[in-house]
Amino acid sequence: MNLYKYSKVYTKFLYTSLASELEYKVNILIDLLTAILSLIGSIFLLTIFFQNNATIGGWEFQQALIIQGIYTILNGITNTWFNPNLTEIVKHVREGTLDFVLLKPIDSQFFISLKKMTPSGFLEIMLGICLLLYCTKINQINLNFNFLTLCLITIICSICILYSLWFFISTTTIWFVKTWNATEVLRSFLYIGRFPLNSFSFSLRIFFSVFIPIAFITTVPSEVFLGISQIWKILLEVIVALVFLFTSRKFWLFALRYYSSASS
Amino acid sequence: MAKNIIDVRNLSKSFDISSKEPGLKGTIKHFFKRQTKSLKVIKEISFEIKEGEIVGFLGANGAGKTTILKILCGLIYPSEGSIIVSGYFPYKRRDNFLKNITLIMGQKQQLIWDLPPIESFYLNASIYDIDKFEAKRRIKNLSDMLEIDHELFIPVRKLSLGQRMKSELIAALIHKPKILFLDEPTLGLDINAQRNLRNFLQKYNKETNATICLTSHYMKDITSLCKRVICVHNGSISYDGELDLLLKKLSPIKEISIFCRSEEDANHLKNSGFKVKNKTKKEITIKVENNSITSALKTILNNFDIEDLYINEPPIDEIIGKILIKKDHDI
Repeated sequence: MNLYKYSKVYTKFLYTSLASELEYKVNILIDLLTAILSLIGSIFLLTIFFQNNATIGGWEFQQALIIQGIYTILNGITNTWFNPNLTEIVKHVREGTLDFVLLKPIDSQFFISLKKMTPSGFLEIMLGICLLLYCTKINQINLNFNFLTLCLITIICSICILYSLWFFISTTTIWFVKTWNATEVLRSFLYIGRFPLNSFSFSLRIFFSVFIPIAFITTVPSEVFLGISQIWKILLEVIVALVFLFTSRKFWLFALRYYSSASS
Repeated sequence: MAKNIIDVRNLSKSFDISSKEPGLKGTIKHFFKRQTKSLKVIKEISFEIKEGEIVGFLGANGAGKTTILKILCGLIYPSEGSIIVSGYFPYKRRDNFLKNITLIMGQKQQLIWDLPPIESFYLNASIYDIDKFEAKRRIKNLSDMLEIDHELFIPVRKLSLGQRMKSELIAALIHKPKILFLDEPTLGLDINAQRNLRNFLQKYNKETNATICLTSHYMKDITSLCKRVICVHNGSISYDGELDLLLKKLSPIKEISIFCRSEEDANHLKNSGFKVKNKTKKEITIKVENNSITSALKTILNNFDIEDLYINEPPIDEIIGKILIKKDHDI
């Protein structure tokens, strides 16, 4: 893979996405406002849960805020990259415009995963980071290099798991053509990631760890943040992320063999 | 002698198609258990195309023209047979192969809707590894040929269909492909825009020796661009050869309308052995075989007092219409 070429193309993607979004100023303002209101709403919901309970699943309010911070960052990434690109795969397949992607001398997964970008999602990422910084203060967390590296690794793994799940579902479009609902279900499951894994019953914990590993996405990085994570959990998250990435890639290449293009 | 750039041998393609009975019962049945059957849409076809050739694919809707084009450019995997395009197996979609081809579809677009076309051109240039200065030069050349200029700086959504199609062409040709696959490129364009596009394709083919494979339902596209046509009927090739030969074959007779100076001459002409289609007072229309036109004209001009005459070509759409419903043995 020619890294120079790919970085050049990605710069162009960023530029064209930004230029496209800036064509609609009001829409950007509404998106920014929605991001702020959504975070306020989520924190308000958490305070209601903790009003009568000192802890939920062994997590205090200040600790649960860390999960909210990580969720906000991931949601920001979802809104910035996954939502505008991966939901578009369905449209590409239905309308046959995937033809143009497949006929470009560039990796098709790279193209359809990163072509678009919604800048308003950046605000959510920034808000999430600010919330995490606030949490380090109220939870008296000592920021050092090892801590930051581990946090970064687990968050990157979470992004990879989320991306792979979403991409996997979108890829099934090649056979089923319309899979909007499936990606919506995934988004709904992501909301579950706002709460600590321990706050669910045992069976649900198994479901959200094994079948749909949403729990890994927010809980493991949060535990790392609080210094209560075990090394096997971090290693497991890394392995799950790698397996998911690899599988989604293979699945995409396999699915393309069955792409029949839309009729003209 | 030009070498073969496309070589197709015994190509077949089957699709799994599901069918549904009408009504609610049929819908529920279809939801739970789909009846699918394998349909062979391309049936063991073979042909070659030489470098620089312009070939038209003719056929009725659903005959398989677009499927052939999509297999040739590597979008659809063939079920059987071998295909080599520009020295590559298209379905492997190697970068070097993709840099040699382009696909233009009249009903689909690749330009970024909210931005001016120029932005899409530079994005494509970076995908094809073309530096900014070279891209600028190529855009200038193509836009001069297509006579489009300030429109390149207006958002695509505000352009007319004709301007959009011209922009699509620039986006698709910026990497100087050797082979152009065009699927109904003039669809929906007005007469002038259609003519401009045809002129551009002719000029482009002449200047770059690019091979062009074209499907179109506008016969003017085929007759003015393609010397050779491949007729597709139900997934099989029913004719592959020169368009002129095909037209002669399908329409072996021409009509000559003759205006005589007197009614007497017209009557005399009627009885002189020609096959008469119809006759009014001084005007007579006769049917003559293509290979006897010259001798027939000589006889008429030497023996009768003629005021005027016309040779009527049968309408091309009518002849091509016959091809679309004809099977192999009919042609």
